[in-house]
Amino acid sequence: MDKKTSIVIVGATSAMAEHCARLWAANTAVDLTLIGRNAEKMERIATDLRVRSPASDIRQVVADFLDPAAIRSAIDAVAARGVIDMALIAHGSLPDQKACEADLALAREALEVNAVSPVLFAEAIAGHMARSEHGTLGIIGSVAGDRGRRSNYVYGAAKGLVTRYAQGLQHRFAGKGVKVVLIKPGPTETPMTASLGMKGLAPVEDVAKAIVAGMASGASVVYAPLKWALIMMIIRHLPRFVFNRMNI
Amino acid sequence: MIPVSSWGRLSAEAHAVVAIAERVDAERLIATAHPGLAHGMGRSYGDSCLNPGGTLWKTAQMSRLLAFDAATGRLTVEAGALLRDIQRLMIPRGWCLPVTPGTQIVTVGGAIANDVHGKNHHRHGAFGDHVLRLTLARTGGETILCGPDENAGWFAATVGGLGLTGVILEAELQLIRTPGPWLATETLPYADLDAFFALSDGSEAEWEHTVSWIDCVTGGGGRGIFMRGNPIDRGNHPEPPARERTMPLTPPVSAVNSLTLRAFNSAYFHLNRWQAGRAVAHYEPFFYPLDNLHEWNRMYGPKGFYQYQSVVPRAGGREAVQAMLTAIARSGNGSFLAVLKTFGDRQPVGMLSFPMPGVTLALDFPNRGATTHKLFETLDAIVREAGGRLYPAKDARMPRALFEAGYPRLSEFLTYRDPGISSGLSRRLMGT
Repeated sequence: MDKKTSIVIVGATSAMAEHCARLWAANTAVDLTLIGRNAEKMERIATDLRVRSPASDIRQVVADFLDPAAIRSAIDAVAARGVIDMALIAHGSLPDQKACEADLALAREALEVNAVSPVLFAEAIAGHMARSEHGTLGIIGSVAGDRGRRSNYVYGAAKGLVTRYAQGLQHRFAGKGVKVVLIKPGPTETPMTASLGMKGLAPVEDVAKAIVAGMASGASVVYAPLKWALIMMIIRHLPRFVFNRMNI
Repeated sequence: MIPVSSWGRLSAEAHAVVAIAERVDAERLIATAHPGLAHGMGRSYGDSCLNPGGTLWKTAQMSRLLAFDAATGRLTVEAGALLRDIQRLMIPRGWCLPVTPGTQIVTVGGAIANDVHGKNHHRHGAFGDHVLRLTLARTGGETILCGPDENAGWFAATVGGLGLTGVILEAELQLIRTPGPWLATETLPYADLDAFFALSDGSEAEWEHTVSWIDCVTGGGGRGIFMRGNPIDRGNHPEPPARERTMPLTPPVSAVNSLTLRAFNSAYFHLNRWQAGRAVAHYEPFFYPLDNLHEWNRMYGPKGFYQYQSVVPRAGGREAVQAMLTAIARSGNGSFLAVLKTFGDRQPVGMLSFPMPGVTLALDFPNRGATTHKLFETLDAIVREAGGRLYPAKDARMPRALFEAGYPRLSEFLTYRDPGISSGLSRRLMGT
């Protein structure tokens, strides 16, 4: 029997990550490692995945997400079990822009959680993928990283850092058997956005489908849903005198 | 506060929306922001899933599966789990939900709270007949485990209880064996109600699923298409790919109107008459024909639409159905998604469960204001006279007196109400 596909999900309690895990485990047995901060939430997600996919192996790892040494040892421990076929880095939290402007500690936290931490995880995983010359690394960025906007530029800056980092990683691995996929979801219906009353939120199931399909194809950038590729192309190219008049 | 509509799109009033995504957060979240109301997929047609000016606790993200015993078919889930996900996951393993309604895009919590029924009521009863146990959280902080043999009063109040006894957090369901995703079906046109009842009664012993579409426009109404089906084993026959579409826009006036209604009904009747006979069907299009057309409810235009679903006892049932069809034809209003089905001879689990022995007629009407309401008053009188009742999950307007007459266990139910929970429907029909 073939070896089960080995998948690592960092930030496994996020709604997008959970739905990706459901899709990966839906049709085939997989070897899945969930890495998260909250053991209790992860336990319920792991239980759910075991019911959905009894033949899969599902493991949970609780880790500190801001400590470089903890990140390194968590990923080394996963890699020691065998070659990683796919990894998805999915954590993040949408900060309150106004609060970040008033409180630098909040701004720092937002930058660390949304930029520094994902990059450190990606770097740790990339090292192992480089050695095995194999694997697909998916990183969740955001359409917010495409152009700074007054309504959430701290978050946007963090996601912009992730974008540039992913670009560099893609350059490093060009032609080397490792694929780096940067996913840029638009506003998505998650617990994070439920009370905001925003119109046109994409269902998290649809975004997860786009992530899973994008990682299977190895595309370098995946907008989810696809319409955001067009919207953000326009936003990026709007002349400043037009852009500055928009309240977005 | 954000505007929220139910499936009938009759209103879009402001609600405070709070997502309950994690089971571990649920008790804490429902302890505040009263009055609140659990809200799953919002597929109820009227105001039973709305709480204008109050809080909606959205449960759809709380959708984890907690345990499955492949030997006994017992499945434990969080209340936000979709029937669709359970079906798609379990049918390949040889198990399925015993009862599902005409859409599978509803949550388990919603299916229990409305004690939904399907095409096999004569065989398997309603959804609540297969709930072994549920976890009910009260806004006062109490958590109650209940089932048919455990806190049975709480169970009977909560099944079909419209979310008013507390918030359902988890449920244990009894699945049944299925040979796979396929059904052997037969489609039979019928000319009038006598032919319908003969077909229906003659099918119940041999066929697990029966339902019919009825033309309530042509010739005073009464002809229709009878459909019946049985699960069959086709081995590993490949399943058809899902073809999903979305209603692209809301037309400025209802697409169902006096100009189109006659043509729709006639075309549907003849199309199916030509295709009558035996066939093999996949369970999704057979059970949930509209699920792949997302937001089909937009076809009724910006004013939305009403559903009117009644059940009347078999004694006098034929006459009552005929009287309703005649009244509809005479009114110039009309219905396209009209469904006629007999219920089996069994009492429901819940104090406010809708199904009862008899015949049920479900109709849809674009909202045309006073003229639509005038028709409803005529239909109400027929239902009341026949000793019947209306389905709260579909209702946005029934008079309180008709509700009280149709649900004799109402006063018993009221003693189980959660004081921190209220809905548009409860304020309209129960005072609070």
